[in-house]
Amino acid sequence: MAGTVRRRSRGFIPLAIVCALYILFLYGPVITIFVLSFQGPEGGLTFPMRGLSLHWYHELFKGLGVVDIGAAIRRSLALGVVVMLLTTLFSLMAGLAFRKGFKGSGVLFYTAVASLIMPSIIISLGIGLQFRLFDDVIKSMLEGAGWTETLESYTTLMGLYTSGLGAHLTWTLPFGMLIMFAVFNRFNPAYEEAARDQGATPWQTLRHVVLPLIGPSLVGVGMFGFTLSWDEIARSSQAIGDVNTLPLELQGLTTTVTTPSIYALGSSTTVVSLLVIFAALGAAALMRRRAGAKA
Amino acid sequence: MKTLPAWMQALPMGGVFLVFFVMPLLLVGAVSFWPQNEYTLEPGFTLDNYVSLFDGCFGGGDSGELCTTFKTYLSTLKFCGLVWLITLVIGFTLAYFVAFHVPSVGAQTVIFTVMTIPFWTSNVIRMISWIPLLGRNGWVNQTLQTLGLTNAPIEWLLYSDFAVVLAFVHLNTTFMMVPIFNSMMKIDRSLIEAADDCGATAWQTLWNVIVPLCRTGILIGSIFVITLVMGDFVTVGVMGGQQIASVGKTIQVQTSYLQFPLAAANAVVLLGVVLLIIVALNRLVDLRKEL
Repeated sequence: MAGTVRRRSRGFIPLAIVCALYILFLYGPVITIFVLSFQGPEGGLTFPMRGLSLHWYHELFKGLGVVDIGAAIRRSLALGVVVMLLTTLFSLMAGLAFRKGFKGSGVLFYTAVASLIMPSIIISLGIGLQFRLFDDVIKSMLEGAGWTETLESYTTLMGLYTSGLGAHLTWTLPFGMLIMFAVFNRFNPAYEEAARDQGATPWQTLRHVVLPLIGPSLVGVGMFGFTLSWDEIARSSQAIGDVNTLPLELQGLTTTVTTPSIYALGSSTTVVSLLVIFAALGAAALMRRRAGAKA
Repeated sequence: MKTLPAWMQALPMGGVFLVFFVMPLLLVGAVSFWPQNEYTLEPGFTLDNYVSLFDGCFGGGDSGELCTTFKTYLSTLKFCGLVWLITLVIGFTLAYFVAFHVPSVGAQTVIFTVMTIPFWTSNVIRMISWIPLLGRNGWVNQTLQTLGLTNAPIEWLLYSDFAVVLAFVHLNTTFMMVPIFNSMMKIDRSLIEAADDCGATAWQTLWNVIVPLCRTGILIGSIFVITLVMGDFVTVGVMGGQQIASVGKTIQVQTSYLQFPLAAANAVVLLGVVLLIIVALNRLVDLRKEL
């Protein structure tokens, strides 16, 4: 071990400096806009700070140009929650299925991996195309059936909870699946065997043995689901329909808004992400401690 | 009560991938051969989209200049190569530090979490947060001028190739670091002790033991970074001030002009290029083992 210790002490300091610089590089800019979002009313996009105020937050909630920020926030929150719930549920179910094994499990695995690494613009374009064709088919069917009133009021199938939701799931589900793989690879089947030996039904085993043990990881899957959806742009861009999510609005605003309001919006959005991350990390830690106390 | 059979449990996830990934992908392939109409999508078969994509690329150009498509790919590949190299070096160094030099598991977890948290926050916000630092009147320019190092603000810090590469590294190093860290944590520590006992220097152990054993992690990280950069249009757009071309941006612009068949042909070519890079990378890493 003497050799290990000697090497550690030699490389440690320069490597620690690199690591510290990287963390500064990672967080420095975001901290900057957080500070600048509290600019005084006279202040601009850069330092120096001209006073300290909540002026730009007030401006933000009055609305930025034509964009209704409040509505965009509500839409993104709602979509994020739906994506979170579906990602957790579908990943858990698929995780259980992969454990038992089924025909085509290899195909599903590689499809998920392909979905993860596929350039997002291609998926977005494809979903956009598909829903346009769906619309064409529906319109011609309505025409064929002679339902002119329905035809006139029909606009598109594309939307937040159809194409948008699907686009988000192609991004969050692969992460959920990989986490479930990591979890079940380390899962000791002895716990389930013990439950079965005691006469527990498969459902009881799942509910009272498996779920409490994997609970912290499921919280992690949910957190991936929400945060990835909350910030998603690339896959939504061509597949969201008429209304935009918050990050899409934000992307548009980067070229038009030239006041610290954009920093106020950026800081608020980041705070939501951080709250979710810390809540999830806290909940997972708590569940782990409880499981540990029981065992 | 019996639980559902396995294939039914896998059905929801499989269904989502079928409807929102496999079918759209096949459709992109099909539409790339459809004729370009004004505003409607009409099935058909034509190679026109590919022909117009490579218009003047092969031999036809007298001016000696590259065609737009080649120029765009070259620019995107340049970003891709640079970002891949930088994220690989930084990501590997960070992973190596946390995996082998941070002594306790608790400290490892804390540092690793601190380095991954930004991954769960918004990319666009992380991009615009460079404005107060790199802008014309930003902190860097103010500092340089105060120190007397320059007398006029440096213009290429923001909305430039430099800014694009910086943002890519800022956003994507995590994708490289995490898989490499994962590989490193799986390395049997006794192998490193054995190298030590045989008199290997730290560098020799790093190069001959750790790097080959991180092969999978490096490959996964590289695939992530390469596909993210090759298909990007958001980072190049925001950090390049909407002035720099990229393949992803071309597809996005064509889509917004409803030139779907052309955008689809572009997407097919992009996918082909990305797959070629991945295959080549895989071979390259394998080759090292065979030598």
